[in-house]
Amino acid sequence: MNLARAIETRDLAQLPSRRDEDWRWTDLAGQIRDLPPASPQGVAKSAGPFAALANETVTIVNGRGPGLIEISGKQIIALRFVSASEGTAHASKVAITMGEGADAVLLESHEGDAAGYLAHAGLSIDIAPGAKLERIVLVSDAEDAIGVSLAQVNLAPGASFAQTVLTAGARRQRIETRVAHPGGGASVRMDGAYLIGGRRHGDITTVVDHNGRDGTTDQLVKGMVRDQARAVFQGRIVVARGSDGTDARMRHQALIASDRAEVDAKPELLIFADDVQCAHGNTIGALDEQALFYIRQRGIPEAEARAMLTTAFIAEVVDRIGHVGARDVAAAWVAAHLESA
Amino acid sequence: MLSIHDLHATVGGKQILNGLTLDVPAGEVHAIMGPNGAGKSTLSYVLTGRDGYDVTSGTATLNGDDLLSLAPEERAAKGLFLSFQYPLEIPGVPALTFLRAALNAQLKARGGAELAAPAFLKLAKAKAAELKIDFDMLKRPLNVGFSGGEKKRMEILQMAMLSPRFSILDETDSGLDIDALKIVADGFNALRASDRAMLVITHYQRLLDYIQPDRVHVLSRGRIVASGGPELAHELEASGYDRYAA
Repeated sequence: MNLARAIETRDLAQLPSRRDEDWRWTDLAGQIRDLPPASPQGVAKSAGPFAALANETVTIVNGRGPGLIEISGKQIIALRFVSASEGTAHASKVAITMGEGADAVLLESHEGDAAGYLAHAGLSIDIAPGAKLERIVLVSDAEDAIGVSLAQVNLAPGASFAQTVLTAGARRQRIETRVAHPGGGASVRMDGAYLIGGRRHGDITTVVDHNGRDGTTDQLVKGMVRDQARAVFQGRIVVARGSDGTDARMRHQALIASDRAEVDAKPELLIFADDVQCAHGNTIGALDEQALFYIRQRGIPEAEARAMLTTAFIAEVVDRIGHVGARDVAAAWVAAHLESA
Repeated sequence: MLSIHDLHATVGGKQILNGLTLDVPAGEVHAIMGPNGAGKSTLSYVLTGRDGYDVTSGTATLNGDDLLSLAPEERAAKGLFLSFQYPLEIPGVPALTFLRAALNAQLKARGGAELAAPAFLKLAKAKAAELKIDFDMLKRPLNVGFSGGEKKRMEILQMAMLSPRFSILDETDSGLDIDALKIVADGFNALRASDRAMLVITHYQRLLDYIQPDRVHVLSRGRIVASGGPELAHELEASGYDRYAA
């Protein structure tokens, strides 16, 4: 079941629905009654959020663009998935291969330049031994769009992969990342932040499969929902038999800023090895009313006080971004999304 | 300056203030003393507008402005400041960022221009030095990991930066050693002026040795039951609150 296949084959039966356990909170079949027409060729309206930071840019508009990116040495690449046509559907597929010892930053943006589209972005990333990749995914879908991003990351021993997803949701949206983790000193960071308002829906799903000794995974996902928004976090870390020495940590923390907003969280650690260190934590709550009063007593208006506390809450995720320029873009993204609240 | 008349208030449905009447004229420092549970902290929260502290009758005005109809930030903009008994930790917000946001919000609410960064930093450095606060501490998240004494000093620093017209100090002496108490008292005394007034809430007479109040009031069961000059504080220290308690 997947959206890409549904778009390619124009077969609605391929859509994931609430009957699929992994999709029960992000039902697509119930949302898509007719498949929109295929997207025509299109043109991106802007240079994208990372234009100033990258030394190479790959742009995919309405599913059309280069399908292979080969990385060697040190590179900062902007990868843009642009949806430029209203009410149409497209699926993209990009493969990224990193050579041994390569060291790259992937600044990925999903840009909704039109309304009501249906978009699927499929990405496969192969990271060779000793190579390092930091992936920042900034998802700015249109409010009434449906978008799915599915990345499969294959990590070699001694390689490292660090990811930060930033999303504000869409009509239905899912950002899914699957990592094949070989252990052998390889490390994974799987972070995310969501700030979702209106009637938007944002889903961050991750799966990390540890299949080998001595691997680490560190995950921090934080977010805030307001109005009638809904956030979904599904984090699964699997430690296969024999993957001793694995160190896996997962933390998800959410703020709910309205009675009608919702967060569905499913943190899962499936451990089949004996000698491992694993921990997970999941908290969902509201802003501290005492702290809010304290800030307001100093003269700071309530909306600003809430934004101040929420910014500080999300900052923990932003601060873990390694690339300084991307960290600044992320901080500005947080500020912009709290200002419009 | 501050005028409270026949104030009744409840917390969680329980009557805490029972007809409290108090006038603190400009230029004066008044102390409120009283046994635990008398309503001292409730008074400070009712005046500053904390949620859950419900006024059922009575009035409270600052320079003629009805405080009770205003949001907490609007009261602050009118010049009302509370030094908290238990200052909150604000993770992720550096003390300097917080102070600047507060100062500029108040300036803006009063229709003034915001203070530019260099002028703000100069002011913060000067005030921190006066209060013997290491300036680097202001780069850390506000109150996070600060000791009890450091938090109280940060309260007085905020007071010095915001220069409020009316300050309430709620048990600011608790948790302070004698050196810190002197520094805090010096900071407090530096703010005394003919156009300002202050209310010092305390359980013990100790702080009043350093902050000479003009008047001392005894609060018991939600109302002022005795008032006098500074000597009243000494009497209370000697005889205790028993004669005023239930």
